[in-house]
Amino acid sequence: MATKVVMEALSPTMEEGRLVKWLKNEGEQVKNGETLAEVETDKAIMELVARGEGVLRKRLLNENDAAPVGQLIAVIAAPDENIDALVSGAGGGTAAPAAPATASAGATPVPRSPAQSQGEASTPPQEKAGSAPPAPPPARPAAPPAPSAAPSGNGGGRMRSSPLARRMASENGLDLQAVQGSGPGGRIIKRDIEAAVASGAVRQQPAAARFVPAGEDYHDAPLTQIRKTIARRLSESIGPIPTFYLTAEFDMDRVAEMRGAMAAMGEEFKVSFNDIVLKAVATALAQHPEVNAHWLGDKIRYFNRVHLGMAVAIEEGLITPVIFDADRKRMSEISREARELAKRARERKLKPEEYTGSTFSVSNLGMFGIDQFTAIINPPEVGILAIGALEEKPVVVDGALAARKRMRVTMSCDHRVVDGALGARFLQTLRRLIENPLMLVY
Amino acid sequence: MSVITYRDALNQALREEMHRDDRVFIMGEEVAVYQGAYKVSKGLLQEFGEMRVVDTPITELGFAGVGVGAAMVGLRPIIEFMTWNFALLAIDQVVNSAAKMLYMSGGQFNIPMVFRGPNGAALQLSAQHSQAWESWLAHIPGLKVVAPGTPYDAKGLLKSAIRDDNPVIVLEGEMLYNTKGEVPDSDEVIVPIGKAELKREGEHASIITHGKMILVALQAADQLAKQGINVDVVDLRTIRPMDIDAITTSVRKTNRAVVLEEGWELCGVGAQVVDYVQRECFDDLDAPVVRVHQADVPMPYAKNLERAAKPDAAKTVAAVKKVMYLE
Amino acid sequence: MAKKKPDSPAPSEDVELRRDLLRSMLLQRRFEERCAEAYALGKIGGFCHLYIGQEACGTGAISILRPDDYVITTYRDHGQALARGIAPRAIMAELFGRIDGVVRGKGGSMHLFDRNVNFLGGHGIVGGHVPIATGVGFAIKYRGGDQVCVCFMGESVANTGAFHEALNMAALWKLPVVFIIENNRYGMGTALERASSIHDIYTRAASYDMPRGVVDGQDVMVVRAAVQEAVDRARTESTPTLLEVRTYRFMGHSMSDAVSGTYRTKEELEEYLKRDPIIVLRTQLQQAGQLTDDEFAKLDADVKAVVQDAWDFAEQSPEPPLEALYEDVLVDTTSDAHAEAAVAAD
Repeated sequence: MATKVVMEALSPTMEEGRLVKWLKNEGEQVKNGETLAEVETDKAIMELVARGEGVLRKRLLNENDAAPVGQLIAVIAAPDENIDALVSGAGGGTAAPAAPATASAGATPVPRSPAQSQGEASTPPQEKAGSAPPAPPPARPAAPPAPSAAPSGNGGGRMRSSPLARRMASENGLDLQAVQGSGPGGRIIKRDIEAAVASGAVRQQPAAARFVPAGEDYHDAPLTQIRKTIARRLSESIGPIPTFYLTAEFDMDRVAEMRGAMAAMGEEFKVSFNDIVLKAVATALAQHPEVNAHWLGDKIRYFNRVHLGMAVAIEEGLITPVIFDADRKRMSEISREARELAKRARERKLKPEEYTGSTFSVSNLGMFGIDQFTAIINPPEVGILAIGALEEKPVVVDGALAARKRMRVTMSCDHRVVDGALGARFLQTLRRLIENPLMLVY
Repeated sequence: MSVITYRDALNQALREEMHRDDRVFIMGEEVAVYQGAYKVSKGLLQEFGEMRVVDTPITELGFAGVGVGAAMVGLRPIIEFMTWNFALLAIDQVVNSAAKMLYMSGGQFNIPMVFRGPNGAALQLSAQHSQAWESWLAHIPGLKVVAPGTPYDAKGLLKSAIRDDNPVIVLEGEMLYNTKGEVPDSDEVIVPIGKAELKREGEHASIITHGKMILVALQAADQLAKQGINVDVVDLRTIRPMDIDAITTSVRKTNRAVVLEEGWELCGVGAQVVDYVQRECFDDLDAPVVRVHQADVPMPYAKNLERAAKPDAAKTVAAVKKVMYLE
Repeated sequence: MAKKKPDSPAPSEDVELRRDLLRSMLLQRRFEERCAEAYALGKIGGFCHLYIGQEACGTGAISILRPDDYVITTYRDHGQALARGIAPRAIMAELFGRIDGVVRGKGGSMHLFDRNVNFLGGHGIVGGHVPIATGVGFAIKYRGGDQVCVCFMGESVANTGAFHEALNMAALWKLPVVFIIENNRYGMGTALERASSIHDIYTRAASYDMPRGVVDGQDVMVVRAAVQEAVDRARTESTPTLLEVRTYRFMGHSMSDAVSGTYRTKEELEEYLKRDPIIVLRTQLQQAGQLTDDEFAKLDADVKAVVQDAWDFAEQSPEPPLEALYEDVLVDTTSDAHAEAAVAAD
């Protein structure tokens, strides 16, 4: 009966071995326990011994070549035995069953594959590189940032408070911003809260927190049969990402009004149309997690956080820096961040973590006078919104012709995830927000 | 109720347990004829004979291993190290043999034995004789580690240690042997392993400590009380397993903690206490936890330098004031 | 070097005994060969030190002992565990890391323990178990028993401090311990001559005025005779002995060490292979007309079947459940609870 000679694990950590030298020629008689070859392990040169008797019929690994543990590298058999089946099944990196195919068993041991030989079997295999976006930065603490007009002595820095003080403030419905900290660096501590409660002079804050991050940053949904079919069929029809487009025209008069009013309050309150649109998109996404998603092939990942990609044209092409947690940021923060990111993008100073991890993207070519266009989805995202130029045009308002500021947006949707109606509902929400921009500060 | 020394409390525990169980014997340098380097085993040779009170050559590694072997086959050895500084020579037996035997034998061989001796600094003994080893020992699964600070706890914990079916480390203190305290005359002074005790009650801050530092903490508490500050003094008594409930109960009440220990700062027992506090009491803290410990240097000889290196009441008072924002 | 034992057993008994010894050594040999195979297939992990070549030492020494005597050894422990009577199944399952292993998959190759046969463990720190053996001797004397503790070790142990501390106390207190050095010539890859200032290791016992001797470790009957004398001295006079048993390991130090190459030559190995302890005994039996080739073949087939059975058993034994991870770190008892059991064990 033939004996398979496999590359054996000749050290505890060996995953592959290099065949240094064959010590037996094909056709030579070998005995059980006789050395067949020298093999270089990760530690030393070791001897590979025969685990059967007969003639070394076939050598399947050249000297100086390496083979993973478990790979068939030779066959020992009787001189006249047919070994074609064994030999033809050889090669490749796969670990072939390595039990000596002699009568010795009943047991058919299988060698550990290189992947199994390290670590515990229960460890899940590593995710393939690139299959998931890098983790975005952690969520911001829920405490609202101190406004510049806050009466605390923090010198404009981050407001400090002890964990106990924060808990007590929350239990007493106190706004920490109104409490003067007496600890180091203005830290608000227990006695400050006690004093504030005693004075009764602190304004009450509604009990509900403005932003409650809900547990996980995302949840994965397995693909239903219908989603699988839609995905497969539509991919066959149009490229790997079956995209369709939805266009809508928004009335921008009230946005313009708001922007004007803000600008009138002073230079520091100025925001751009784009900033307002970004804020609106982020807010709409928070209400429509079903489009704030990634297509991962075997599942759809729905995000509970909104990380908004913002396409920026640069000399070399295009880059999409990310405004993380855009839905939780104030307009002023978005404005400042968008400006800063765009500037650094053009200077090519963005760090990788600043342009990866987006959950949805926006591309604005309005400043180039483009009325309307379609943007290409940035996979694994499932949608991108293309923003056209704002222009004044005649429209019918309350039965009469009027000059209004209008803007066209086109959403590219990945049909594997976003169906027509879903995209339309998202745009509906967006329209409501943009045409009633006060909603954005609600 | 009698007032006795820590030394006599330990001696009573040894005597009572040797009477109670004839598998118990004590072995170490100078424990028999010399009556103990610190007289803890005084009178035992006369009472129990040389098979049960055994002088050894100066060979810590050897006799620690002898204890392990005897424990494997049914005896209950008490191995006395003249000091824990010398026990470093025996650490292979403590860690690789005593602590792991039960686990690596699949539960077949437990090691019912006690390793005991004075730990930490005395006075002007300088670098090699003034070291507190509890963080090393408490790191090891398979050991229990106790550090009594009073005569009562010394007696009660040593008796528990001798009766325990696991290897137990008992950390005593040269500076504690002459200290006095009340110990009931009855046989049954048993302090359970793994239970801390509130040695003093207050409301403004918690001092969490163990062993010899109990005395320092109580001194600091007296000084603070004169300034109207009342502190909890939590005596851990056992380092492994640690009484986490006692720590968190106190910190939840006072919202401020100072952790005091004799050893060095990095990876010290106090670091572990602070970890429990931040994990279990995060929302109860009104100030970062402050630690008091030995300066991060080998112990110097000169009196003034030694004083500067050791944790003391003044440093502890300052730490309490710091967590109370009273600096 | 071979000594005539004072009272030789009757010839038929002697034949029986020699055949038993041959069988035991052959079992160890075949067991270890399959261990090498299992290791190569990844069924056994970690460090794995084989006993091939040294079988006569453990087999001869342990064959002298009573069931209530104690055996303690190093990490090269498979052969002695088999010789002491631990089931091949339980050992193989342990090596495979399974729940039916002799220590429930917690110890592996280096830490075989079995309370039922007073096998006090394979220990992994060179020299660490020698003081423990002295402690076992102390306990025997403490209780006034007449058991003996046999402590196996490699020759490199004689260079550790623990060895000297332990032998000094054993001699000082006159404890019933037989310290057996299996001198296989190499501490891992360092030859004895490159590690020790004296080469007759047994003479170290002179420092403690301890009885001592050196014997041929490839002839199981010679080992037996020498150990018999030492055990008798321990049992009746409570006096320890240091025996140096000269042997050779035919394999590398562990599974990740080449059989020959960097530190010893193939020629040297081949020279020693001529004195394979199994061949030595087999030849003795055959020359005395007490064993035929057929009988040997049958014996070999028998032990191979036993080893195959151990392999099959190990393979089907489940991995330890995850709950076992936290089990047996500490016992949850005190002397009161254990008093009865411990007394019974004594």
